[in-house]
Amino acid sequence: MNTATQRDDPEQQGRRSAAGPRARRTVTLRQRDARTGFALMSPTLLIVLAVVVLPLLWSVLISFQRLRLINVGRASLFSPLTLDNFRRVVTSQELWTTLRTTILYTAGSVALVIFLGLLAAMALRRPFRGRTAVRAVMLLPYIAPVVAVTFVWRTLLNPQFGVINQWGQHFLGWDRPIAFLTQAHGHLSILGLHVQVPTALLTVIAFEGWRYFPFAFLFLMARLEAMPGDVEEAARVDGATHWQNFRFIILPQLAPVIALLAVLRTIWTFNEFDDIFLLTGGSAGTRVASVRVYDLLTVQRNVGAASAQSVVLVVVLLGMLAGYFLLLRRRGERA
Amino acid sequence: MTTTQNAPARPLGRRWSSDRLQRRAFPILRWVVIAALLLIILLPFYYMFLLSVRPIERLLADPSSLLPDSLTLQTYRDVLLPVDSGGQGFASFLANSLLVAIGTVLLALVIAIPGAYAISRLPFFGRRQVSGLFLATYLFPAIVVAIPLFAAFTRLHLRGSLVGLILVYVAQTVPVAIYMMRNYFETVPQTVEEAGMVDGLGRLGVLWRISIPLAMPSIMATGLFIFMIAWNEFLFALLFLVDHRENWTVSLGLSQLSGSVEVPTTVLMAGSVIITLPVIGLFFFTERLLTGGLTAGAEKG
Repeated sequence: MNTATQRDDPEQQGRRSAAGPRARRTVTLRQRDARTGFALMSPTLLIVLAVVVLPLLWSVLISFQRLRLINVGRASLFSPLTLDNFRRVVTSQELWTTLRTTILYTAGSVALVIFLGLLAAMALRRPFRGRTAVRAVMLLPYIAPVVAVTFVWRTLLNPQFGVINQWGQHFLGWDRPIAFLTQAHGHLSILGLHVQVPTALLTVIAFEGWRYFPFAFLFLMARLEAMPGDVEEAARVDGATHWQNFRFIILPQLAPVIALLAVLRTIWTFNEFDDIFLLTGGSAGTRVASVRVYDLLTVQRNVGAASAQSVVLVVVLLGMLAGYFLLLRRRGERA
Repeated sequence: MTTTQNAPARPLGRRWSSDRLQRRAFPILRWVVIAALLLIILLPFYYMFLLSVRPIERLLADPSSLLPDSLTLQTYRDVLLPVDSGGQGFASFLANSLLVAIGTVLLALVIAIPGAYAISRLPFFGRRQVSGLFLATYLFPAIVVAIPLFAAFTRLHLRGSLVGLILVYVAQTVPVAIYMMRNYFETVPQTVEEAGMVDGLGRLGVLWRISIPLAMPSIMATGLFIFMIAWNEFLFALLFLVDHRENWTVSLGLSQLSGSVEVPTTVLMAGSVIITLPVIGLFFFTERLLTGGLTAGAEKG
């Protein structure tokens, strides 16, 4: 519709057929709707801008300024800019160890979450009595308060009176209790091979798998239920086994959801703070990047350095995501 | 290979046997998986409840027992009573959390409902970009936003107050809320709205009298989801409220108390049960609504 000429030249419009006035009325309705739409949207925009977007930008600014926690009430937008915070953060060995820990932790938990979610979704696929109840129970770890579940797991894994260690010693023949959350490195011997394992890191990864697999389960289950059954039936008739059916019929159809889950979980796990802070406080080789930001802020009381570290964190995450999407696109082109 | 009994013809004998093996094994494996998952999910919750009603002496005497032998409710008294009556003051934390969670739900819905409606129906400038903006907000670690807010709220004397916390929670939940409700508003038939407009309603009238009543299930589900997020949130409560014990939320209270050695584990377990129960209760009430709302749109793949 050529709105510009209609508005600019009412005379010409008057000479037009009966469609003219009607067209003009729809235009004004559209305009009015657009204005209403913007008005309805503005409270949302306002609060997201004020409490999320501006703070983000300010955070970048602070990372270039000298700001200590004591002076935080007098923080000014116009203090002189400096690169000291970045120099301090990037030259510190801590940055690289925390980034390495964060990446290991993210990769491990995302893989575990998707694997468990897939397992649960496949197991609950066919209807049975009580499936609705079981499905609801599956979501409990995800919805329960993180402070409560981390506290319970800390108690369960406690070396003195935690039930896991008690059972391990009684039934599994452990010589000593395992300090799951406070031991950086443990020795594991499998078939006479002695392997060093990062005990605490593996424990927090396992916890992450426990807490977030319901999320993957929910999405995979929804996709499974919407999947048409005829392809599978055809495969069954052609003699595909259960495993072949899963591998070649179901899994390819789930691939887009799995890819989406991988992206979402990677972002969120990479930024995760609560779980690790509450389980180990970042000790025993589990200091991920966001816990270091917190330490810089509250222990070293250096707001500028904390901001710089968080900016580095965001840049690494964006880099990883860009790589991932490039990889996806290249795959898509080949296929 | 020739056809035997009810199995259809297979090209290879090896596959035939592997097929038969899988036919036998998978149904059993499936139940093993379900049982294992249920065990690992329920064990912590059962343990939480068990320790909350067990006297601390019994726990220390026989830590590996998982049977409820002796029962006490003293732990619940201890955790709920105010500090000057010898308790841990959880009752007041509960009140704070309720206030924050309900405040967040109401404010977030008041802001998000018009927003969701606008995105689903009204062609305003920048409508497409808005979704991208929201997506971007979830990309950044919460702690990045927390640092400047910490500074700003200190300056505005909002840090340490529940109002400041509500503001943060609203900003964090509004984008999710819009995402959850948007799809539902789209399912309201356009003709119904047009009929309303023919009868003389404006856009706002349509929203208030037609769309909101029709979208009630989705609004309820979204409200409950926001409630859970606000009730469970930890990081901002920790950063903003830690110096103000009178304003602690349940999550912050439990985490702070579990860091000290003076409070017995069983009493803290009672606290854990108290903060977990409302969430689980709400969830089972509305499970269908909630799971539907969260994954709406995911079915398309």
